Amino acid sequence: MTGALWQLFFEGLWITVQLMIYSAALAAVVAFGIGLARTSRFWIVRFLSGCYVEFFRGTSALVLMFWLFFALPLLGWQLVGIWAGTLALGLSYGAYGSEIVRGAVQAVAPAQREAAIALSFSPWQRLQKVILPQAVPEMMPPFNNLLIELLKGTALASLLSIGELTFQAKLARLSTGQSAQIYGIILVLYFAVAFVLTRIMRVLERRAKASIGRAVPKGEGWFSRKLPVEKQGPEALATGGKP
Amino acid sequence: MPDILKGLWITVQATIYGSLVSFALGLVWALALRAPSRWVTWPVSIFVEFVRNTPLLVQLFFLFFVLPGWGLAFAPLTTGVIGLGLHYSTYTSEVYRAGIDGVPPGQWEAATALSLPRRRTWTAVILPQAFRRVVPALGNYVIAMFKDTPLLAGITVADMLFQANSISATTFDYLEPITVVGILFVVISYPTSLLLRALERRLVR
Repeated sequence: MTGALWQLFFEGLWITVQLMIYSAALAAVVAFGIGLARTSRFWIVRFLSGCYVEFFRGTSALVLMFWLFFALPLLGWQLVGIWAGTLALGLSYGAYGSEIVRGAVQAVAPAQREAAIALSFSPWQRLQKVILPQAVPEMMPPFNNLLIELLKGTALASLLSIGELTFQAKLARLSTGQSAQIYGIILVLYFAVAFVLTRIMRVLERRAKASIGRAVPKGEGWFSRKLPVEKQGPEALATGGKP
Repeated sequence: MPDILKGLWITVQATIYGSLVSFALGLVWALALRAPSRWVTWPVSIFVEFVRNTPLLVQLFFLFFVLPGWGLAFAPLTTGVIGLGLHYSTYTSEVYRAGIDGVPPGQWEAATALSLPRRRTWTAVILPQAFRRVVPALGNYVIAMFKDTPLLAGITVADMLFQANSISATTFDYLEPITVVGILFVVISYPTSLLLRALERRLVR
């Protein structure tokens, strides 16, 4: 392994990270927008946002990405590779995220909403001061899972020949022929990024829960898969991993 | 269109075989993670964590380019099934874990009270109850796997996306084939998920 090869990998890693940040930002916007729309009072808003979720969850992220990159230009709209990737990942993972948002919002105790109505808060105040501060900490663990899924999803962009990590590995393999080493190394690189992300999300989760006065039990090991005690059982079945 | 339907058949095959592999391996991981010895649980948990947290596409490339080098030459579809099955087995192992944890402790105690041997406790008491709980969640992974099969096009499996690409390459028409493939995915996965929800209501009561 030469220095030039490592440089290739780190350039790819940088693009992977960029792609992930952009699409995570888009996914977060979509998740909150659609997720809150699904709890709307008006049936048409609920219906339309439901259609969005079913459509984007129903189709494959890769096919969507291909469609945006290859088919959309024929309708007169050419996207740069990285934006096609960002859009596809953001829109489809946003649809998964919206279910997390909806679930967490609906899990807030109904009495909290009633109390806010009794205090004659406006709907916006209700959401911003009562519902979301309680729902957001609930969203953190599933969002962590989703973020890892998103990171892994960025590898799909290599098939649009965007120069991210997987694509660079392909180049490196073509020039050196050492498949096992090269793919082994980038698997480890992906794992390292995922590991760091998980740690950051756990810190954020701890803080978010502490801010509403709920401590997360400590003492889980670095590799431990154990969820906090409150999340075990049938509920863990529903949220255990991939959306 | 006939080519795309041919691709659909490959896609369905990959999903079915991949699911079977992942269901079986997932159970193996789940049981291994409950082994009393650290020498079993540590390597398995590190392996499971590693596979879960790295992209399926890269794993497929790894298998596709590395296995022949080790003298294991498989057809692309077989490689794809191995990759899908391995990747999703790390998810299904979580499902089994939750399913096993969900069996009431009284059942374990009853098995102990009847002094059933370990193996009988698992096969006659715990697993039959756990399976009922895990079916809907496993179904979700089948759908997720179905939507991940286009990745196999990357290792030259002639699935739907691969067919769409080759049609596009000859006709220079990208819009139609890829749109058809996208719609086929929705058309298949949505009713399946409705079906699963119905099944879930019947099983988990």
